[in-house]
Amino acid sequence: MNILDGAMVAMGTRRAQRVLALATLAALAATAVAGLYVVPPDVEQGDVQRLMYVHVPAAWLAFLSFGVVSLASLAYLRTGRIRWDRVAVASAEIGVLFCTLTIVLGSLWGRPVWGAWWTWDPRLTTTVVLLLVYVAYLSLRRVADSAARRAQWSAVVGVVGFVDVPIVHMSVVWWRSLHQEATVLRPGAPTMDTSMLATLLLGVLAFSLAYTYLMTVRLRVGRLEDHAAGTVMSRPAPRAGVPRRPGPVVVGGTVARTAGRAGGLDA
Amino acid sequence: MSVVPAVMSAVAAKDLRMEARGRHAASSVMPFAVTMLLAFGFALGPDRPLLAQTAAGLLWLSATFAAVDLFHRAYRTESDDGALGGLLLAPGAAGGVYLGKAAAAAVQLWLLVVATGLLVALLFGLPVTHHPLLLLMVAAAGVVGLSAIGSLFGLLTVLGRRQAALPVLVLPLVSPVLIAAIRATQAAVSGDPGQAAGWLSVLAAFDAAFLALGYLVYGHLLED
Repeated sequence: MNILDGAMVAMGTRRAQRVLALATLAALAATAVAGLYVVPPDVEQGDVQRLMYVHVPAAWLAFLSFGVVSLASLAYLRTGRIRWDRVAVASAEIGVLFCTLTIVLGSLWGRPVWGAWWTWDPRLTTTVVLLLVYVAYLSLRRVADSAARRAQWSAVVGVVGFVDVPIVHMSVVWWRSLHQEATVLRPGAPTMDTSMLATLLLGVLAFSLAYTYLMTVRLRVGRLEDHAAGTVMSRPAPRAGVPRRPGPVVVGGTVARTAGRAGGLDA
Repeated sequence: MSVVPAVMSAVAAKDLRMEARGRHAASSVMPFAVTMLLAFGFALGPDRPLLAQTAAGLLWLSATFAAVDLFHRAYRTESDDGALGGLLLAPGAAGGVYLGKAAAAAVQLWLLVVATGLLVALLFGLPVTHHPLLLLMVAAAGVVGLSAIGSLFGLLTVLGRRQAALPVLVLPLVSPVLIAAIRATQAAVSGDPGQAAGWLSVLAAFDAAFLALGYLVYGHLLED
């Protein structure tokens, strides 16, 4: 746990974020160049297949993000430390982004290759249900009226959603297998050219870097948000005639000013 | 632990007694389901074979949407006069309260599905007479799955000032229950009891998973 803390602190510094941002940009640019110019087009699908170099990494990162949400939610429910809630929401937001990207890119690919924007394939259907669960997760966070409640509720949804995903997948697989209409085969990995595989791995690296960078930024924003909310809430509510801090002796001027402000608020 | 069955049966009996005396669900949830069935009929047109083909799906869809209303309603009664706070002061009762709420919702929903099913048989020509016992079991397994999710997150509609959007949360999560219940019903009415029994066991497994999960996490929703 201490190693994890140390890593999170090290990643949170401004310099680490700048390095990460540059590495992400470089890796994304390299993926774009390799995917568009270096790698030869697919024999059967032609240039459309190049979408794979961003679609597959996006899908992979979406599932990773949601996995992180569920682990962080579980950790929050066990420990009650608000840090895990920040990790969960950061990962959920990025996961929704990557999941949407996956579906849009897959749809763009499916139209020329399958001849349809959408099919009721188990993987596609599960991905959409997954996206909807985490969109609901984010919308629920807006409803809760206290920070503790928000963290508890969303952690429960994070855990239930994660357990739900394999169940959804199984149900859709059985649903499809019992009503076989069209079998969809994706380009198989074993027949992949080495340069294609290398580009795909480069894409996965670039997207992983992007995920890490976005996580560090979102975690910092989360910490600042909580800090800001904490400062506002810990300030005692001003009341007429009551000095701000009961402990120390207050000089006359301060009392008069506090009382004056409190009176102003009450009026 | 031993207090859980007692709390569960007390909560379930209370909810059912309230419904039996007040008939809130019967007077609003049932008409809602029937209205939806009519709307589906308008959307699909008077084509008899098409209606018969889609009847199982329409039955479960109207039941699910009506169920979302029922879950909300079941917790509204608890939030009035701070009844929920009193309920949860019972020691170690959170899991029992959850199971009780789910059981009461399941009983009401089962009656709703059976009544709507008869109506669907009349309006859309769903042949319910082939395997009536199997269909009743499918209805029971389906409504338990819906109630397991709905009674967990229905709680969120009454905690706090702003109301959680229950359909957005519940509908994606219950999609496996919906798929299994619709397929089981279709298999049963099309004279394939083997396949229906297969889906029924799948549905039972989903029910067990969701109930166990809800039982474990329900207490966390109540913490502040």
